[in-house]
Amino acid sequence: MTGNALDADTADSSGPHGIESHDYDVIVMGAGGAGLRAAIAAHDAGARVAVVCKSLLGKAHTVMAEGGIAASLGNLWPQDNWQVHFRDTMRGGKMLNNWRMAQLHAQEAPERVLELEEWGALFDRTDEGLISQRDFGGHRYARLAHVGDRTGLEMIRTLQQRAVHLGIDVFMECTVTELFKDGDRIAGAFAYWRETGRFLVLNAPAVVLATGGIGKSYQITSNSWEYTGDGHALALRAGATLINMEFVQFHPTGMVWPPSVRGLLVTESVRGDGGILRNSDGKRFMFDYVPEYFKAETADTEQEADGWYEDKVNNRRPPELLPRDEVARAINSEIKAGRGSPHGGVFLDIASRRSPEFIKRRLPSMYHQFKELADVDITAEPMEIGPTCHYVMGGVEVDADTGASLVEGLYAAGEVAGGMHGSNRLGGNSLSDLLVFGRRAGLNAAYYAERTKVRAPRVSDETISAAAERALAPFSATGGENPYTVQKDLQDVMQRLVGIIRTADELTESLGDLERLKARAKNLSVEGNRQYNPGWHLSIDLANMLTVSECIAKAALERRESRGGHTRDDFPGPDPYWGQLNIVLSLTDDDTIESKRQPLPVMPEELQALFEEN
Amino acid sequence: MAYDLKMRVWRGDASGGALGDYVVPVETGEVVLDAIHRLQATQAGDLAVRWNCKAGKCGSCSAEINGRPRLMCMTRLSDFAEDETVTVTPMRTFPVIRDLVTDVSYNYEKAKQVPAVSLQPPDADGKRRMMQSDVARGQEFRKCIECFLCQNVCHVIRDHEDNKKAYAGPRFFLRYAELDMHPLDTEDRRKVTQDVAGLGMCNITKCCTEVCPEGIKITDNAIIPMKERVVDRKYDPVVWLGEKIFRRGDRASRTEV
Ligand SMILES: Cc1cc2nc3c(=O)[nH]c(=O)nc-3n(C[C@H](O)[C@H](O)[C@H](O)COP(=O)(O)OP(=O)(O)OC[C@H]3O[C@@H](n4cnc5c(N)ncnc54)[C@H](O)[C@@H]3O)c2cc1C
Ligand code: SF4
Ligand code: SF4
Ligand code: FES
Repeated sequence: MTGNALDADTADSSGPHGIESHDYDVIVMGAGGAGLRAAIAAHDAGARVAVVCKSLLGKAHTVMAEGGIAASLGNLWPQDNWQVHFRDTMRGGKMLNNWRMAQLHAQEAPERVLELEEWGALFDRTDEGLISQRDFGGHRYARLAHVGDRTGLEMIRTLQQRAVHLGIDVFMECTVTELFKDGDRIAGAFAYWRETGRFLVLNAPAVVLATGGIGKSYQITSNSWEYTGDGHALALRAGATLINMEFVQFHPTGMVWPPSVRGLLVTESVRGDGGILRNSDGKRFMFDYVPEYFKAETADTEQEADGWYEDKVNNRRPPELLPRDEVARAINSEIKAGRGSPHGGVFLDIASRRSPEFIKRRLPSMYHQFKELADVDITAEPMEIGPTCHYVMGGVEVDADTGASLVEGLYAAGEVAGGMHGSNRLGGNSLSDLLVFGRRAGLNAAYYAERTKVRAPRVSDETISAAAERALAPFSATGGENPYTVQKDLQDVMQRLVGIIRTADELTESLGDLERLKARAKNLSVEGNRQYNPGWHLSIDLANMLTVSECIAKAALERRESRGGHTRDDFPGPDPYWGQLNIVLSLTDDDTIESKRQPLPVMPEELQALFEEN
Repeated sequence: MAYDLKMRVWRGDASGGALGDYVVPVETGEVVLDAIHRLQATQAGDLAVRWNCKAGKCGSCSAEINGRPRLMCMTRLSDFAEDETVTVTPMRTFPVIRDLVTDVSYNYEKAKQVPAVSLQPPDADGKRRMMQSDVARGQEFRKCIECFLCQNVCHVIRDHEDNKKAYAGPRFFLRYAELDMHPLDTEDRRKVTQDVAGLGMCNITKCCTEVCPEGIKITDNAIIPMKERVVDRKYDPVVWLGEKIFRRGDRASRTEV
């Protein structure tokens, strides 16, 4: 046991191999919004639950979220309701979303936000003292509950404090490397303490994956070292399926300068609060990029666009607030056409549009970030920004209501789950997704554990020894490669060949490159010992990064159309044929990734009607 | 502009260690964490360091840089002359695990002692009403990214290992103050702040405030007002009496925990 085990006193450290082992009903992998919400729900349902996470508690990606949590509370616009939120979400995802997930999400988000308040969150207020809501891309009404531009911090702290208060066991700085199965069912997980390098076995009939995303496979990204796609890869290896992996969200506004901060996120709230995009000619170019699909609801003059912030009934939305895929592509085109900023981005200007006081109050951390890291005063000059890899829409294929994957006992929620966001996620819809589906997955995992109590799954000693051997392999290899070098080359391949704009040739080339990288990753060497050794940790994560990268490239090659977060230069438009299909990936017995096409679930008529009105 | 940065980085573990000398190619505009990452990727693959956001939002990368407690990701190399040696050592107050990584579990233990928020019921429409001006104070404290730099410099923790048992430290005084100032909370945490968290041991040196990367006025806005409230509770016999009389939400109607 290390200092990083919060409360875990169920340790039986004399397992058959001297490997520490623990018994639980539910193991939650991940301590971001989804994981913590799942753990709280499982605990409330009476399960013995443990949370495992790679960093310290409170440091997961969720802490970085800035803009807000989308929920149709209707505090500023009483016209807002779940139907409008549902419709916005589906249209933002170009109708490829799992309709049932989008529906549950829109219906339950308000309740989940109010629950955070109950647990101590202090959101910004309206003049009436209600939770304030802000504008974001693709949302018809001001809908994002927020705290300045540090909403994720508020959310994770609130959930963390709740979980600690409930006495939920947390294994911090503890990385899961494998899932165990007993026959067809989940039986637990194998992990190592980062601090000591020692192994542990977590026995449980139910595992909730809440591991977040995959962005570390790209060179320019807003994501941290944690985003190596562990949950995606583990699910695949356990026999679950992944959907929508071709859809990777490039956030339109990442920092581009200085190189050190390249990719760091600039929140969409800058545009939600009035910021606009200009090219090197000073032109507000987004008006030239409004697609047919959104023409009816997008302003076509600057005057109308500017009027919308105050009067949403008589004006349409500014084009800067189109869904992210549209804005990212537009910026990409401007840069390609030679109208970019000095450091290869475009200009994001809020200085000329809002007062310094307004900017500092609404966007304190952006102000701080630019001032400290780029010597730019955003209240006085425009920012330089460009697209950055941000979010993966794809993930584990789950049952909408329960979060159950195809593998018995395996659940997924949050960014690691697929379906909710279709081909493109709207800003603010992730934090709400974490709460709604984190809770559902946690509850259902607990119910499942209860139902199967009489037949506890078992893991054989051989399975455990084999997992330990695999994890230690990089120490015994000599003359192998440096894992950091392989990671860098992988990021280069994904950035160049599987980025925002894709072609069949480049995707095919990427698959060849990935094969070679896989071969190289089989022969890695690490220096030092097992104690807190990032080189060793990376050598284990790399296998997951490669698996997930291959999934993205394969699915991207398969989908011969452009939609949402997937743009094919050789198939520039959307295709109704593909609009009916998910690409589902699975792993065959000989470890190849196989893809098949699967029709989307059919939306009931009463929901379809919501799209016909307009 | 690229140049070679001379670095000294503490390498070692609980059993001891020493500063290692390195030369790392860096560029203008980079931060100390960039240099550490490059060092890790090219010369010292097992160099232990915590980080997540690289934007001053997660509070993972705390260390002492030329002896000053800072976030590595928010310390720009341009703060130092190009020929200056940059020395990076782990936070001093917490036991070292390895290299720049320390055992901060003390803080997580203290977090468990903070009584949870306990709000009065919502309004009839299921919502709660609080004015921006009333939540602003708590919001300042909730900006805390848990970098534990304030805990690292607080002499009560740093200089006397024995104090740790009875003393939660500035980061947690923020928590107690935040709950105490919550407009809808129903509990009175003044006694626990004094007895369990050890507020009385703080002698207002303000070292914590000076290092807070979030610029939270820990001493002026949280500790001092909290000390005043504790004093009120101790010496004001009317408080107990008042409890029965005032309306909900008032300080006096709170239940002591
Ligand atoms: C800079 C930034 C700003 C954002 N802003 C917004 C916003 O304003 N609104 C919005 O809705 N969304 C926003 N997002 C997206 C949103 O924050 C994320 O999608 C979301 O936080 C993901 O939450 P999660 O719970 O799924 O995973 P995370 O919060 O990433 O947590 C993943 C957890 O899994 C753990 N884990 C991973 N692998 C393993 C393993 N092998 N073993 C053990 N544990 C493991 C990690 O340690 C971590 O605890 C933003 C994202 C970024 C990067
Ligand atoms: S003001 Fe109090 S809490 Fe802050 S450093 Fe000084 S003694 Fe510690
Ligand atoms: S109060 Fe400031 S210094 Fe202390 S942990 Fe929080 S952010 Fe860090
Ligand atoms: S890495 Fe997050 S604060 Fe430095």
